Amino acid sequence: MEKTNYKQDINFTPELMARINELISHYPEGKQKSALLPVLHEVQDAHDNWLSLELQTKVAEILNIKPIEVFEVTTFYTMFNQKPIGKYMLEFCVTSCCAINKAENMMEYACEKLNVKPGQVTSDGMFSVVGVQCLGACGYAPMLQLGDFYHEHLTKEKIDSLIEDCRVGKIILHDK
Amino acid sequence: MGRKILLDKINIPGIKTYEVYRRNGGYASVEKALKMDPDAITEEVKTSGLRGRGGAGFPVGLKWSFIDKKSGNPRHLVCNADESEPGTFKDRYLMEYIPHLLIEGMIVSSFALGANLSYIYIRGEYMWVFKTLERAIKEAYAAGWLGKNIKGTGYDLDLHVHCGGGAYICGEETALIESLEGKRGNPRIKPPFPAVKGLWQNPTVVNNVESIASVPWIVLNSGEEYSKIGLGRSTGTKLFSVSGHVKKPGVYEIEMGMTVEEFMNSDEYCGGMIDDRPLKGLIPGGSSVPILPQHLIFKTANGEDRLMTYESLADGGFATGSSLGSGGFIVYNDTACIVRNTWNFSRFYHHESCGQCSPCREGTGWMEKVLWRIENGEGRIEDIDLLWDIQSKIEGNTICPLGDAAAWPVAAAIRHFRDEFEYHIRFPERIKNRDHFTNEPFEKVKHLLQKQSI
Amino acid sequence: MKVTIDGQEIDVEPGTTILQAARLIGGESVPPAMCYYSKLKGSGGKCRCCLVEVSKGSEADPRPMPKLMASCVTGVMDGMEVKSISSPRVTEARKSVTEFLLMNHPLDCPVCDQAGECDLQNLSYNHGKELTRFHEEKRTFEPEDLGNNIQLHMNRCILCYRCVYTAEQLTDGRVHGVVGRGDHAQISTCVSAAIENEYSGNMIDVCPVGALTDKTFRFKSRVWFNKPFTAHRNCDKCCGKTTLWMFGNEIQRVTARKDEYHEVEEFICNECRFDHKDVKDWVIEGPRKFEKFSVINQNNYTRKLEPVQIHTEKQILKGREQDRKKISMVDVPVIDNTPKS
Repeated sequence: MEKTNYKQDINFTPELMARINELISHYPEGKQKSALLPVLHEVQDAHDNWLSLELQTKVAEILNIKPIEVFEVTTFYTMFNQKPIGKYMLEFCVTSCCAINKAENMMEYACEKLNVKPGQVTSDGMFSVVGVQCLGACGYAPMLQLGDFYHEHLTKEKIDSLIEDCRVGKIILHDK
Repeated sequence: MGRKILLDKINIPGIKTYEVYRRNGGYASVEKALKMDPDAITEEVKTSGLRGRGGAGFPVGLKWSFIDKKSGNPRHLVCNADESEPGTFKDRYLMEYIPHLLIEGMIVSSFALGANLSYIYIRGEYMWVFKTLERAIKEAYAAGWLGKNIKGTGYDLDLHVHCGGGAYICGEETALIESLEGKRGNPRIKPPFPAVKGLWQNPTVVNNVESIASVPWIVLNSGEEYSKIGLGRSTGTKLFSVSGHVKKPGVYEIEMGMTVEEFMNSDEYCGGMIDDRPLKGLIPGGSSVPILPQHLIFKTANGEDRLMTYESLADGGFATGSSLGSGGFIVYNDTACIVRNTWNFSRFYHHESCGQCSPCREGTGWMEKVLWRIENGEGRIEDIDLLWDIQSKIEGNTICPLGDAAAWPVAAAIRHFRDEFEYHIRFPERIKNRDHFTNEPFEKVKHLLQKQSI
Repeated sequence: MKVTIDGQEIDVEPGTTILQAARLIGGESVPPAMCYYSKLKGSGGKCRCCLVEVSKGSEADPRPMPKLMASCVTGVMDGMEVKSISSPRVTEARKSVTEFLLMNHPLDCPVCDQAGECDLQNLSYNHGKELTRFHEEKRTFEPEDLGNNIQLHMNRCILCYRCVYTAEQLTDGRVHGVVGRGDHAQISTCVSAAIENEYSGNMIDVCPVGALTDKTFRFKSRVWFNKPFTAHRNCDKCCGKTTLWMFGNEIQRVTARKDEYHEVEEFICNECRFDHKDVKDWVIEGPRKFEKFSVINQNNYTRKLEPVQIHTEKQILKGREQDRKKISMVDVPVIDNTPKS
C-alpha cells in the first residue's frame, strides 16, 4: 500500500447527499453496505475522479461501516482511483481484440502527444493516459473510455480531435 | 435468414423509450405471466431448453427449479450484466438499445421465482448503460409494471440496477453476490449454492442478461415453440459478439445450428476475412475457451461440418474442439501472433485474479511472466513444458472457474501452436518488433524451424 | 455417518467436514491445512493444500467427484470414500500448491522468528521440492508498521485470511484487512494505524507463517532454543492459560496453548501475552508436551536425557555464557518423528 495521503477538498453537497440516500434506499434496511459501490462512484465523480483515504473514511461514516471495509473494496476494484489523476483520463483497452487492432499504437500516440507515460498525469493536471483490461467493445476496436463514455474505432485523427475537445471544455464526462 | 427473438425490434426508431417499446408489443409477456401459475412459467422455461447464456450453458429452467421456496426466506433474482469476458459485448448491445426487454424479462422471471426484490448488476465501466437502465426502470415504475400490487394482481416487485467497480471476477455468480453486498468480489465456497444461500443469505438465482431477455418470448410463444428453434439440445437463438479480423464485426443473433463457415463468410454476418487474408485461429466463445487452429474451425476432427451449437463447437473435447462459452467470437488472421495473444490473455487473468486461492493467485502471475519472456525473446525451450505444467496445476484446483479460464487458453495455444512458441525461443532476433508477424506471417518463416532441427 | 479415508473407516456426526473426520482418525491421512482454522468461522477453502479425492460421493450417489475437493469445507456424506495420501492426484496437487506458495515467498527462514514452528516449513518439508522452477523476480511489498506488539512481514504472507477473521470475530473494531487484488493483495490497515485491540495478539498465534510475529520476541531466540512450559495466571480478560517460552529463567515469549494442529486451545489477551514476562506472575504447571513432529521437537527434554560430552568444550576459551548454553543442548543424532504422548 502506498501510504502517501494526498490532500483533497471534501464537499458533500446536498445534491450528492440526496443521490447517496436514493442509492441507499435501493437496499433493504440494515443492508446499506450494499450501496457501497454505487455510492463510491457518485462520490468519486463529485471529487475530481479520485478518493483520498479521508474521503473514503467519510463514506464509511455515511454507510455506518468500518473504514477498513471501504479500503478493502476500493483497492479491489480498478475503477476507484487512490490518488489524483488527470481531469480527463484516457483509458485505452489493451486486451486481445483491441491489441490486434493496434490499440497499443494508439495509446503510444496519445502518450507522445501529451508527453506523459502511461499512468502519469500531465503537468497541467489535465490529462492522464492509462491502459486497462477489456471494456467490452471488442467489435469496435481500438477504443478508449473517457468518463462515463466510450470512444470507439479510434484513429490518430480521432484522438487529436478528442484531446482538442477536452482542452476547449467540449467534453462532458458524466451522464447526470 | 434466421429468426430473430431478441433483436427483432432493435431497429425500430425510439425503441429505447417506454412508449415505443410498449406500442410494439412490449410488456405483453408480463400481462400474460401475471395470470399464470409461477411454477408453470418455470416449466415453460424448462421445456424451452434455454441454456444459460453467460458461458456455462446450464439449463435456465433447471436452475430456477433449485431455488429454495420452502425456507420462506425472501428470494431474489439477480441479473448478471457484468459482461467482461474479452470478446463479449452482446449484453451491452441489448441493454443499450432495448433496455425494456431486459426489464420485461426481469419482471416475468422474478414472478416465476417468487422474488419481490431483484437487481441488475452491471459492470461499472458501462456507466452510460447503467444510467439508461435507471431511466428505463423509472419509466417502468411510472407505468405500473414495477412497485406494489403490479397491475392489480397483488404481486410486488422492486427492481434496481447496481453497478460494479471494475472486476472481471464479479461475473462469477457468488463473487457478484459478494460485490452486490458491498464487499470485495471474492467468490464464495460452494456449497451452499446461491439457490439456497445467496444474496444476504437468501435464496437467489443469478442469470445472464441474454437468458433473461429470452424469457418474454418463451412466455408469449410457449417453451415448445422455442425448443423448435435451433438444433438438438442447443435450442433457440444466440447472440454472438464478433470481433477481430473480419469485415463486419458486431453483434449478431442467429438460430443455433448454422455452420461456422456460413456465419463467418456470409455477407449477412461476419462478411469474411478483412483484406481477404488467411484465417489463422478462432476463439468461438470468449477468451476463456480454447482457440481453434485453422484446420479445426470449419470441420471437426472427424470431418463433420462445425456448427454454431454448444455440442458441435465442443466436439472433440479440448483436444480438437472448444466451447460455445459466452459467444465471444474472436477471429485471428495470419498477422496475429499467438504467443503475444496468449500473453495478452494471461496478463488479463493475472490482472483479474481475485487473489483468494493460491493456485490462481500465484499461477496466473507466473504464466504471464513466463509468456512475457518468451514473447520478448528471452524464453528457454523448457519454458513451454513449464507453462504446460503450470496451467495443468491451476486447472480444477481453484475455488472458482477463473483458474480454469486462465489455464485453458494457454493449454490450447501450446497444444495447437507449439511451433510458434519454439520459433519465439529459437529466433529471438526475429520477434523483436511487436508486430513481427504483420509483415512476415508465421507461415512464411515456419520452414526455419525445420532446417535447424536436424 | 460412515466415511472412509485412505481405507480407514470412521463414524462421524452429520455436518462434519472431511478434514475434521481425518483429524479424528489421525496419522498420515490428515490433510495439511494452511488457511483453515476450526475456531474461526468462515475460514478455509483458500490455500488448496488440503485437497482430497472423493472416489465415492456417498451411498446414495456413489459417483466420484470429478475435481479434487478442499477437505476443510466439504462435508462428509454417508458412505463417502476419500483418498488423501493414497491418491497420486492428491499428492501431486499438494506438491503444486506448495510450489505456488513458495514461489514468491522470500525463503528467509534463517532470519525468520517463525522458523521451527512454521506451517509452511512443515508443508514444504512434506510436499516440497528441492529445486525451484521459478526464475522470475519475486514479488515484494513495502514494510508497514502495525504498532509495538505485532511485526508484519508481508512478503511472507500466504493470504490465509486467518488474522482478518480473528480481528473480525474476536475484536469489535477491525482496523486491518486484505486490500488490493490478485497477487498484490496484502494485509494492511491503509492508514498505518497501530493494531491495539486487547485481543489483537491472537493474530500472531493464528498466522501459519512468519508474516505476523511477536515484536517483543523479535530476534530474541530461535524457537528451538526456548523451553516451553505450560502455565497459567488469574486473568479477568481471558482464560490465562498459556505457554511460556523460557530461556533459563527468562520468559522470552508468551503464547496461547496450541494443539497438535497448531491451533490455539483458547485465545488469550494481550496483557497475558505481552505484559507479564516475570516468572513470579505465573503458576508454572510443567513442561509443555509435544504431540507432533516439528523442529522444536528435536529439543524435546521430556524424555530421559543422555549426558552429552562436547569434545570441543575445552577449546572454548572465552565463549559467552549464553553461547555455551546453546551448544550444550541435548544432541539428537537421528530425527525421531514418532508422536510423543
